[in-house]
Amino acid sequence: MQLLIDILSWGFILAGVFFVFTGTLGMLRLPDFYTRLHGAGITDTLGTELLLIAMMLQAGWSLVTVKLAMISLFIFFTSPTATHALANAANAVGLRPFGVPAKDLEPGKREKR
Amino acid sequence: MRHHLILRVVSKLLIPFILLYALYVQFHGDYGPGGGFQAGVIFGAAFVLYALIYGVETAQKAFPASWLAILVPLGLLIFGGTGVASLLLGGTYLDYDVLAATPTGGQHLGIIVVEFGVGVTVTGVIIAIFFAYAGRTDDIQDDDW
Repeated sequence: MQLLIDILSWGFILAGVFFVFTGTLGMLRLPDFYTRLHGAGITDTLGTELLLIAMMLQAGWSLVTVKLAMISLFIFFTSPTATHALANAANAVGLRPFGVPAKDLEPGKREKR
Repeated sequence: MRHHLILRVVSKLLIPFILLYALYVQFHGDYGPGGGFQAGVIFGAAFVLYALIYGVETAQKAFPASWLAILVPLGLLIFGGTGVASLLLGGTYLDYDVLAATPTGGQHLGIIVVEFGVGVTVTGVIIAIFFAYAGRTDDIQDDDW
């Protein structure tokens, strides 16, 4: 049983590390703000969640697991929201995405809600 | 405010938990990591988040600026009053041992009361600083987004 839990949590840790590593690589190598946000925003949430699941498996049924579950719930909501807020603010001040010609981004064409 | 639909929903979901977490940090501070400063900052940050998303005027309806002039000195009075109370009970300034029947009980009581005073003042100062700066310019209207 303990061996099964260890194997499972190792799997989750390795998957989480893979996603966080991919996000970091994207952060370093991608050309502009939006693409970096795309790289880091998505993988960060999933990587952190996977790492937290691995920690929960190691902690067993205890108060620590409940706390980790709360942390993962809040990260699940706040991390994508922070990404959204950043992208929204960049769009609002008129930051041009990489590779998009300026004439495609005339003020009239921008979606207004 | 229609523009920030996602932010409004998520912040409405989170703000009660931020306040609850601040109280946890405040009153669990003598057993675990935490205390008055951290709890005050978290408690104030909840109001700052509310003001950022719903506007400073709405936040001042929820937390009138006139409360600040009471809260900030109140925390200091609680802190200093604990010290004076231990002086009056025959100890030195902020000597918690004399506050309760046993020294251990006095230490518990004293640290909780003092940290509560710190928390109240830090909450007030964080919100006061934010209101002082954010109130200087008009809110960003929907059309400007």
